[in-house]
Amino acid sequence: MQRSFFMRNPSVLIFIGLLALFTLLVTVFSEAFGVGVISTSLVKTLGKTLCLCLIAIAMDLVWGYCGILSLGHFAFFGLGGYMIGMWLMYERTKAIVVSSLAEAPLPPTADEIRDGIGTQIFGVVGGAEIPPIWFFADSLFAQLVLVVTIPGLLALIFGWLAFRSRVTGVYLSILTQAMTLALALYLFQNDSGLRGNNGLSGLQNLPGLDDVPQATISIWFLWASAFALGLGYLVAAWVVGGKFGSVVRGIRDDEARVRFLGYHVESYKLVVFTLTAIIAAIAGALYYPQAGIINPAEIAPIASIYLAVWVAIGGRGRLYGAVIGAAFVSLVSTWFTGGQAPDIPLGFYTIQWVDWWLVLLGLSFVLVTLLAPQGIGGLFDLFTNRKTPERGGADLGPDAGSLQEKEAEQ
Amino acid sequence: MSTLLEVSGISVTFDGFRAINNLSFQIGSAEMRAIIGPNGAGKTTFMDIVTGKTRPDEGRVIWGEKSVNLLKMSESQIARAGVGRKFQRPTVFEDQTVLENLIMALKNRRRPFSVLGYRRSAEDVGRVEVLAEEIGLKAELPRKAGELAHGQKQWLEIGMLLAQEPRLLLVDEPAAGMSPMEREQTTAILVEAAKTRAVVVVEHDMEFVRRLNCKVTVLHEGSVLAEGSLDHVTANQEVIDVYLGR
Repeated sequence: MQRSFFMRNPSVLIFIGLLALFTLLVTVFSEAFGVGVISTSLVKTLGKTLCLCLIAIAMDLVWGYCGILSLGHFAFFGLGGYMIGMWLMYERTKAIVVSSLAEAPLPPTADEIRDGIGTQIFGVVGGAEIPPIWFFADSLFAQLVLVVTIPGLLALIFGWLAFRSRVTGVYLSILTQAMTLALALYLFQNDSGLRGNNGLSGLQNLPGLDDVPQATISIWFLWASAFALGLGYLVAAWVVGGKFGSVVRGIRDDEARVRFLGYHVESYKLVVFTLTAIIAAIAGALYYPQAGIINPAEIAPIASIYLAVWVAIGGRGRLYGAVIGAAFVSLVSTWFTGGQAPDIPLGFYTIQWVDWWLVLLGLSFVLVTLLAPQGIGGLFDLFTNRKTPERGGADLGPDAGSLQEKEAEQ
Repeated sequence: MSTLLEVSGISVTFDGFRAINNLSFQIGSAEMRAIIGPNGAGKTTFMDIVTGKTRPDEGRVIWGEKSVNLLKMSESQIARAGVGRKFQRPTVFEDQTVLENLIMALKNRRRPFSVLGYRRSAEDVGRVEVLAEEIGLKAELPRKAGELAHGQKQWLEIGMLLAQEPRLLLVDEPAAGMSPMEREQTTAILVEAAKTRAVVVVEHDMEFVRRLNCKVTVLHEGSVLAEGSLDHVTANQEVIDVYLGR
């Protein structure tokens, strides 16, 4: 009785098509596989942007669809990055230590290698011991599992505590901010086991692939990011497309009513919160190898607030809106803060965009919220005929429920 | 007739104000009941207690053949046990189509993962179409609920209630804001529903209550003042005092 999934969600096919085209074009123009018009650093920026689009989809699911204004999703993004970063850093350091010890007269023992790795990685924070949380760091598979499970568990426990006590609205937002702040502060400590404010670095080098140039690796990550984004979009569209999406949007609009329909609202919120945390973590695990470095500042509360701004500007409550917002704002932001935007001399004062970009961003956020709550994505409504109910005009009949002027004219 | 819901000796205090005072009430499994009373008599609080929104300070609320204690259950569990509630203001999901609203309300498994894997079956769509016919919204199924007129929203909400297949319907002022024609149809739907299940209607409008033609419970200051046919309770001196002032 239902039309097929893609018939009901035409945006999925269009989106995946555009994404494939984009990836193909970047590959063709890249240094590694094509004519070399696009520099490797730009390929990395584009790849990172795809990851940001993926976390924006997660944010849109949790905020735009479920109505939970989480200001802590970058905590999951960062945790995902840390989990993959541990493997990258450990294995690479191991290779360095092994090669330097190879010149010694006696072959090194496993303990010597371990000590060497400990000194190399943790010397900077005044330690040489490898902390217990690095237990699985030599296994890619284990760390990939942790990418999903650690942020997922954190979201599950946090969400269970918060939703069970029916914390909603702005109080929940504050709680999520507190969570991400607490995590950042913890990671800033040298004895957190993750190198304090130094964070993890050298993540752009893939262990065992020293011969492969960065130009090639950057394209691989672009493909992986594009694939993850396409898959994420598909999953998100599937989740919000059916009856589950109906219930989740119902929770956003009137939580109590959904409860009286017999749905356990807290479970639904928990499912959405945890699912989006996992999507965010996967995005982070793809982002940081392209960025090359991760440190606790990435988890700072401001990052998650930016995320909300992207989604608001792009248009919440529609998946492509979130993607457009994240891509547009983060690329424009890179342009402005990268010193490429020309300064504007006013005679008495020169506007330098590196400083003034945040003011511009803040202003656009306020303007979008006030004047165009549908965001950039709302522009698509102009030609897809998606109308929001407007019941303007005076009543035509004596009762409040009768047709109103504008309705009758249609 | 067996008792479906038995409320005994409940009391609730909000900040020192006794909203419900030692109230007892029971209703059979296929019965219509109207609850009337002046503002602040505790009508809405009574519904809040039965549906689990408010916990009473004391008293018992017993449900069904197995005598389940409703006070131990959450709102959603109570709703799944078979208590449906219609609010005073029509609360439908305005951003979704009439069809989506009804599908969501339709009696089915409610757990997140069952819902995630849910596919609209021909049977479910059939049930929805029959319901939509009943509430006069068949032509409106693909429209957004927000575009409906006020009276149509009221019906949609009643339709959603029926889709839940509750054993007890709690209806708060169903006739508010309806035209005389719409009132008549609402009466017919409620009377029809009461043939197979318990229906409790809270209403201010005496004319509407008269048309329901059922037993009436008068609430005043949180407890039952009188109970019986409408003619019986309106002849009661205490009821007259409460309604007309002393």
